[in-house]
Amino acid sequence: MNKVIEGMAYVLGNDVDTDQIIPAEHLVYSLSDPEERKNYGKFAMSGVPAEQAGLPEGKIPFTENGQSESKYTIIIGGRNFGCGSSREHAPACMEIAGVRAVVAESYARIFYRNSVDGGFFIPFECVTRMVEEIKTGDDLIIDLNASTLTNRSSNKTYELKSLGEVIEIIEAGNIFEYARKTGMIPSA
Amino acid sequence: MGMTITEKILAAHAGKESVRPGDNIWVDVDVLMTHDVCGPGTFAIFKKQFGENAKVWDRDKVVIIPDHFIFTKDTHANRNIDILRQFVKEQSLPHYFDVGTDRYKGVCHLALAQEGFNRPGDVLFGTDSHTSTSGAFGMFSTGIGNTDAAFILGTGKLWVKVPESMCFEFTGTFPEHVMAKDVILSVIGDIGVDGATYRAMEWRGDAVMSLSMEERMTLCNMAIEAGGKNGIIEADEVTTDYVKQRTDAPYKIYKSDDDAQYFFKKNYNASEMEPVVAKPHSPDNKAKVSDCTDVKLDRAYIGSCTGGKLTDFMAAARLLKGKKVKIDTFIVPATREVEQDLHKEKIGGETLVDIFKNAGAYLGDPSCAACLGGPQDTFGRAKDNQVVISTTNRNFPGRMGSKQSHVYLASPYTAAASALTGHITNPAEFIYN
Repeated sequence: MNKVIEGMAYVLGNDVDTDQIIPAEHLVYSLSDPEERKNYGKFAMSGVPAEQAGLPEGKIPFTENGQSESKYTIIIGGRNFGCGSSREHAPACMEIAGVRAVVAESYARIFYRNSVDGGFFIPFECVTRMVEEIKTGDDLIIDLNASTLTNRSSNKTYELKSLGEVIEIIEAGNIFEYARKTGMIPSA
Repeated sequence: MGMTITEKILAAHAGKESVRPGDNIWVDVDVLMTHDVCGPGTFAIFKKQFGENAKVWDRDKVVIIPDHFIFTKDTHANRNIDILRQFVKEQSLPHYFDVGTDRYKGVCHLALAQEGFNRPGDVLFGTDSHTSTSGAFGMFSTGIGNTDAAFILGTGKLWVKVPESMCFEFTGTFPEHVMAKDVILSVIGDIGVDGATYRAMEWRGDAVMSLSMEERMTLCNMAIEAGGKNGIIEADEVTTDYVKQRTDAPYKIYKSDDDAQYFFKKNYNASEMEPVVAKPHSPDNKAKVSDCTDVKLDRAYIGSCTGGKLTDFMAAARLLKGKKVKIDTFIVPATREVEQDLHKEKIGGETLVDIFKNAGAYLGDPSCAACLGGPQDTFGRAKDNQVVISTTNRNFPGRMGSKQSHVYLASPYTAAASALTGHITNPAEFIYN
């Protein structure tokens, strides 16, 4: 596992639900077809209300001009990130768009679980609220060993909570690799 | 130290004498349910991880209920139904309810109950967050993603962190014009959309136990809107009467111990409950109906796993009978069985279907329909900046279609009363006059 994650911040608020992350009308595309799945990147975050998209200014699109990849690869969120439906298309669309980490105050249960078990990206929890500390476009670096987030645009470093018991699944890659490592399912 | 019903069911399925909140355990799964939105992704992961020719762990424990994007011309959505059919054929799965056949059911959470897959004491996972609905039968049920579902397909097991339990006890009698939907919206308003995150929401008290299975399902259905892992109600005679009519399969009744530990306990006086709505754009944005009567509406929507059961339509029909709606009103039965009941059940000699038609409402086919917006041609999908009163479960921005629309969540009584006046209206005005 990479011990450092670098990227540009995209900041969202509280209660970002999965209908905002990927509106239901787009849940029709294949997640396994290499071309068709790009649609998920294209429509990632397309349901976020404009004024909430890319705080503090807002009205900053996550992906532009029909592109399936975003230049923003670290999402900063508030409380209850990923609430709502169990659609795994939500963490999947973020990964397809290039997201490598989310740093939020707290997560909805199923979204957190999907992110970890599917190995889409690492969902970190921050110790103090980051939404007002970081601006969309800031240059961030997450140090996994030190469990810190540094905003290189403001030269400030923040503590992240330990990944706790799910670190074994994250390090294995996903729930299948974890189960193979522990002998629960036979190695491929 | 005692255990809650949730802890007891999870312990039994992990082969343990006891478990405590926070324990990570592997549980044996009794039923895995999936549908048209998450089935194709689940099957692709299953094949990738276990092999092209791998077989599911137990054919009899897999239930596939297409219900989300059914009556649409969207080619991708229809292709996804074909993927379900193909997998069912490859695996010879007996519990598939195909679109366009007599076996088609409609919304999975009610179909699970009606087809006898909800059995007290069981562990049921589904690729849908409202899988919490099944907890009304005294079983553990919760929503998961495609990856976890694929893991279950291959192994019959899943890891679970044992949740802390929260106890919501209602004593006394609910007023006639208050429905289970008002109760759950009130509780979500009290604790917030993350008030039960990672926790079990256990419903207790004589008022809760006086409710029908359908009303109990409404309570457990929206546990997820408070972040809950599961909702649960101990099984009683009402439960077993319902279950025995639907299946011969065995079941086991678990009850919480008197000395079980709860993270949170709150007692409510049932008689003090009032009709409430959740204002845009969050299910915890609670307000009394009586404080919102100035809100003008463009349409009413009565349907979904939350508010599209026979009980919900009996309530709506009681108010709509012999009257005309003032706004576009959409009636979407959750399942075929509910739809058939609308043709059979009567109030004052008139069938519910006739009551709705004569009131000027539009009737749709059973499915999730506009509850989650769906493809552009979905029945009842919210347009532009419409203000909608809806018996569904979520009013997130854009949830019912248009990102500019405003959705008020309400009980079927409140939705029907409001359809008659064109503004948010307390059903008491019609029920007691």
